[in-house]
Amino acid sequence: MDVRLTAEQRQLRDAAARLANDLGPGAVLDLDDADRIARLEKAVEATGWRALRSDGASGVEVALVVEEFGRGLVDVPLLGPVLADDLAPGASSATVAVAGAARDARGMRQAVEPEGGRVLATEVGPLTSGVDLTRRDAELRGNREQIATLTDEAAVRWRTLALVATSADLLGTARGAHALAVDYAKIREQYGRTIGSYQAVAHLLAEGLALIEGSISVLRHAAWAVDELPPDEALHAARIAKLYCARAARTVCETAVQVHGGIGNTWECLAHVRLRRALASAELFPVRLEEIDRGLS
Amino acid sequence: MDFRDSPEEAAFRDRLRGWLTEQAGAFPTSGDEYWARQGDWHRALHAAGFFGLSWPKAYGGHELPPVYDVILDEELARAGAPARPSLGYLVQGLGRHGSEELRRRFLPGMIDGTERWCQGFSEPGAGSDLASLTTSATRDGDTYVLHGHKIWTSYSDVADWCLLLARTDPDAPRHKGISAFIVAMDQPGIEQRPLKMMSGVTKEFGQVVLDGATVPADQMVGAPGEGWALAMTVVGHEREPSTLGFTARYGKLVRELLARTDGTPPPELSWAIVETEMLRLHVRRRLSEQLDGVSHGPEGSLDKLLMTWTEQTVGHAALAVGGTGDPDLLHAYLYSRAQSVMGGTSQIQKNIVAARILGLGA
Ligand SMILES: Cc1cc2nc3c(=O)[nH]c(=O)nc-3n(C[C@H](O)[C@H](O)[C@H](O)COP(=O)(O)OP(=O)(O)OC[C@H]3O[C@@H](n4cnc5c(N)ncnc54)[C@H](O)[C@@H]3O)c2cc1C
Repeated sequence: MDVRLTAEQRQLRDAAARLANDLGPGAVLDLDDADRIARLEKAVEATGWRALRSDGASGVEVALVVEEFGRGLVDVPLLGPVLADDLAPGASSATVAVAGAARDARGMRQAVEPEGGRVLATEVGPLTSGVDLTRRDAELRGNREQIATLTDEAAVRWRTLALVATSADLLGTARGAHALAVDYAKIREQYGRTIGSYQAVAHLLAEGLALIEGSISVLRHAAWAVDELPPDEALHAARIAKLYCARAARTVCETAVQVHGGIGNTWECLAHVRLRRALASAELFPVRLEEIDRGLS
Repeated sequence: MDFRDSPEEAAFRDRLRGWLTEQAGAFPTSGDEYWARQGDWHRALHAAGFFGLSWPKAYGGHELPPVYDVILDEELARAGAPARPSLGYLVQGLGRHGSEELRRRFLPGMIDGTERWCQGFSEPGAGSDLASLTTSATRDGDTYVLHGHKIWTSYSDVADWCLLLARTDPDAPRHKGISAFIVAMDQPGIEQRPLKMMSGVTKEFGQVVLDGATVPADQMVGAPGEGWALAMTVVGHEREPSTLGFTARYGKLVRELLARTDGTPPPELSWAIVETEMLRLHVRRRLSEQLDGVSHGPEGSLDKLLMTWTEQTVGHAALAVGGTGDPDLLHAYLYSRAQSVMGGTSQIQKNIVAARILGLGA
């Protein structure tokens, strides 16, 4: 056993992190900066990462890139197109459709989804607004057309990948929120000291880091399992990861709001943008506790 | 001991229930619409005889025992009406520290809702550490001239008056140089800057920039340097669920959530029911204790913690039941996060409990 990342995987992660740092939104105002979004879109398109799966990438690599994009609040599609590409390789400008809406749909033209033994595609309509300020849903327009068939096993694998990808986004979002709060705790002073010097604040942040470490561990296993374990075992691993990462990310984001005090409750603070993204990723391909029906391995 | 209504209380409850049935649905209960019509709601409640229940008659109250506030909150929740406007802490601050002249001039309008108020304490650099505030009030003949910046000021954009803390003596020790004033909001030296909450609501609070605004010297509340004592009175009461009437809000939301689940509620909602009931009963106990003249000390911090946990548990239940797709429920969740910050953060409440009740540390 050796569950470390390979050198290539670390390089991929660093490249994704750089791109997110350079072009992701650094402040709430940046969310409306169309120029920046256009540059980001171009850069992401150029990486080819939206077609990671058809290029032969493993679940681990998908998770690494999605995680860094979550950490950097990247506000052009990645998760949706990656899942679409896994389901329907070669479909152009495609994202996923879930529960009657296209997800992660900014700039996308079609949305694909599995149903029964088929893969269906629908045209993407106008964008809608929801809880997430960084990834937009869209309406679906026109008829759903079958573009491929799907075995039961492939459908389960795809669902597993979807849980892993959303878990990775949750982990990245939690890391971003945590870093934001730690930075703030080091500079904000009350009673003549930085707030991070108070145990009440420091312990909240220490707990946050522990939750993040736990998330990394469950996610890494689930991401590996996508391609390496039998479908039902891989799905189980992904459900564990999703439940854990969703709860951890919400707690860490709520802590980030709390550490920012009054400012944290205002629109201008990025803490709520991260909290919102975490809520959206938890709800996309949700897992209920009742689905954890197997004993410990 | 008796948890049941006395005959008078039961009669009051009936009358209130009847009135609420007529009003049902007339007032919005959340979002910017709620804030926009909060003044109307306040005045309607007062005109019907249901507001300021425990306050002196001389100022427009009813001098009823505090338990009537519990009845009010319970019935508001039951009817799905908006919570009662929470300004008890301002009434207490002015009531305890203001001269009789100031009380007669300002309390009636505050209580009947014809004059709207806000609380100008916090500043960008002075939140938890309120005593580090830097807004200055400089004497100039019969007036004081104000310079400074207040932030997170709830309802500042609709307020006629602000209960404002400012430094009148820069050379005195930090807690001693602060005085409190009643400042008119509509004047040239005051600039209002909007502040959007993370939920997107813009009416909840704002920023107030004071640049040469003036206040007559006789609108200082209490003596020069008494500002800190007044602030402690105000925030002490701001921590109490009984003063705030928030139990009504939680009760109402929990009922709505229950109505949406067919069959078994998710675990989050079951917890919210338990917490909400705890808070309702806790408020009853606290208010009964007031009949013995038990005054408000650091116990208010315990109440604030219980209230915060209740609201945040209800917030999580709202997410579990409605998800983020329902704007009202999402808003309720996001708003619940503010409860552990406003009126003193949860960390500060725990510091107070540890130091002043448990005798731990400084
Ligand atoms: C919805 C809302 C409404 C409000 N309404 C009003 C109003 O009407 N009028 C008004 O004057 N103010 C109002 N406030 C402001 C509120 O009182 C302050 O936000 C609050 O006191 C915290 O101050 P701060 O924001 O500066 O946070 P900070 O004091 O900077 O706190 C940041 C973090 O550090 C922690 N911290 C700070 N000091 C310590 C310590 N010694 N030990 C442990 N932890 C510590 C805090 O708990 C918090 O997590 C409102 C705030 C909100 C969110």
